[in-house]
Amino acid sequence: MKIKKGIPLIDQHDKNGFYGGKFGGNYVAETLKKPIDDLTKLFEKCRKDKNFIKERDNLYENYVGKPTRFIKLQNLTDHLGGAQIYAKMVSDANGGAHKIYNAITHAMLCKKAKKKYMCTDTGAGYNGKMFSMVAKKFGLGCKVFMGTRDIERQKPNCDSIRKNGAEIIPVTSGSKTLVDAVSECIRYWVSNCDKAHMGIGSLVGPNIFVKICGFSTSQISRELKVQLEEEFGEIPRRLKLINCVGGGSSAYGFWSEFFDYDKKHIELIGVEAGGPKNSKLHAAPLSKNSKIAILHGAAAYCVQDSDGQIDETDSCSSGLDYPSTSPIHCYLKDIGRARYSFATDEEAFAAYKLVTELEEISPSLEPSHSFAEAIKIAPRLDDTNIIVVNSCGDSLKDKDIIKKRLGSYSR
Amino acid sequence: MKSQISLAFKKCRKENRPALLTYTVAGDNTKKKSLEILKSISEYADILELGFAHNAPTADGPQIQNSSYRALKNGIKLKDVFQIVKNYKKIKNAKPCILMGYYQMVYKYGEKKFVRKCKQVGVDGLIIVDLPFPENKEFSRLCKKNFITFIQLLSPTTSKERMKKIIQSSHDMIYYISMLSTTGGKLKISPNKILKNYFKIKRLSKTKNAVIGFGITEKTISSFKKADGLVVGSALCKGISDSLKKRQNPVIKLNKMVKKLKSRIT
Ligand SMILES: Cc1ncc(COP(=O)(O)O)c(C=O)c1O
Repeated sequence: MKIKKGIPLIDQHDKNGFYGGKFGGNYVAETLKKPIDDLTKLFEKCRKDKNFIKERDNLYENYVGKPTRFIKLQNLTDHLGGAQIYAKMVSDANGGAHKIYNAITHAMLCKKAKKKYMCTDTGAGYNGKMFSMVAKKFGLGCKVFMGTRDIERQKPNCDSIRKNGAEIIPVTSGSKTLVDAVSECIRYWVSNCDKAHMGIGSLVGPNIFVKICGFSTSQISRELKVQLEEEFGEIPRRLKLINCVGGGSSAYGFWSEFFDYDKKHIELIGVEAGGPKNSKLHAAPLSKNSKIAILHGAAAYCVQDSDGQIDETDSCSSGLDYPSTSPIHCYLKDIGRARYSFATDEEAFAAYKLVTELEEISPSLEPSHSFAEAIKIAPRLDDTNIIVVNSCGDSLKDKDIIKKRLGSYSR
Repeated sequence: MKSQISLAFKKCRKENRPALLTYTVAGDNTKKKSLEILKSISEYADILELGFAHNAPTADGPQIQNSSYRALKNGIKLKDVFQIVKNYKKIKNAKPCILMGYYQMVYKYGEKKFVRKCKQVGVDGLIIVDLPFPENKEFSRLCKKNFITFIQLLSPTTSKERMKKIIQSSHDMIYYISMLSTTGGKLKISPNKILKNYFKIKRLSKTKNAVIGFGITEKTISSFKKADGLVVGSALCKGISDSLKKRQNPVIKLNKMVKKLKSRIT
């Protein structure tokens, strides 16, 4: 299996929605077949429609703010004394994270479908926040499903969601985190698919949701390509793109322009949540070699027990705290195009501390996992190597967790 | 050779009433109790559906979720589910048994191994909620080869074109989901409207046994007497929850409930 050149990776699936013949698909209840079919037709029509793209680009430019900054982290580079480290400040985006791109596409599709409201899931609260923002902007209703454990630990984003007039629906089943929020959101859609538009918050779910999400976040990579050429006059010869991976929407968006390149030229490194150092629990199905499971409509590597029940996960970062991952990342792992590792909670906090001490940036705990990997590998590389980290979220949402863990939080 | 499922429908047709299908979750609230429940309600039910629990169900309402979580908390494993069926099937006049659940459990166990195990313990039919047409074609064939009825679902969102294809590829029983809902929702539309849709399906599938499920309770069941069969699930799961809450024996409660349901359609 090889990636085809010139075709977006999201489109490189077979007729049943599988990447590499086995990842993804559409494992859904009969009731959802038609709504998914309708959404697929609508999306395929819209992405070919010049006016739709124009409107979207306009929103990305003037509402999200385009491009998000590409900056050198000189102090961190000097401190580590190896590869040159840069950051793509996706947290500059309106709302503070990459989730805004997907939310915009969904709001536009919701309008086109003539539906009056959207439902979505959220873990870190960013996806919920972005949906609530665009819902308000587009005059749509919005229901956000969120595990009660996440509601407790991501209060700032919950406040934003409510302030924007969206409704948070607390999910109390299972582990009370993202996995249960997604299940509940899908269940809600089963009952209300005639009225509600559903948006899934990452590169997961039945095939069409993977596609809409990847189509949206790839904006990050288009900007990065231009910025790299501006900074270096070419795409650097030894480039490493590091991104945290929960559902994988941020990483896909960061990498999408670069899948065609040889991995010796551009290395793609995904960082999952390794969980607490001394715990068996983690949220790292790719890097810890979990087996394939069918979860939320798709086949993907997933943390599970021997009977097939989905295992509990643990991570300090709500956004990465998900037992499964995107079918696209499973495929990238299988063909060796991307490499996946994990950072523990402790490593993420240490990275957050070091980066915020040395630099004028403040990544949330999700991208702190990516910085942990950069900190690990940079000293071993010389300065002809360029590392770019996607700083895809702002730490403000994690202020309570950081304060508790590190003693203080300042911004 | 006619399947046990077809024979059960035939018998009910002769008695001029719909077949009564019950749904309970294997291991709810314990392995032992759920087997006792099956044995006990078997007196009135015509076909027994038995759920194998999964902890990320995307189409179940709160009642069945409660039952599933209860079963999982008490340690139910797939091997126990098979054991329950096997033990149930030992009783005299055992009714046909349909296992129902999510594809992940089948996938993990291995499709072939799963179907073979079903055959071995006496499972008569399978419903896999999230394995729709056409992705289910191969699995459906595998079931047929092993004399197991693979039961496909139709919903109010299923187009007529699609319906025809599904019916054509279906075995001797099909399942009509009464409304846009997870299991156990309140009836959102009138029984008449549901029956109207149902008879559209019947016209396309004269020879298949078509059942209606989702939202059927003691109160509503008598409105659906014209159907080939009726499934009651969430109401029974709720019955178990209620009796546990009151520290009563769920076996007695369920026996009473199923008896009453039966009386409403005969
Ligand atoms: C800031 C941030 N980064 C990363 C993620 C991980 O998500 P994904 O891998 O889907 O981009 C999230 C998810 O909520 C997030 O909020």
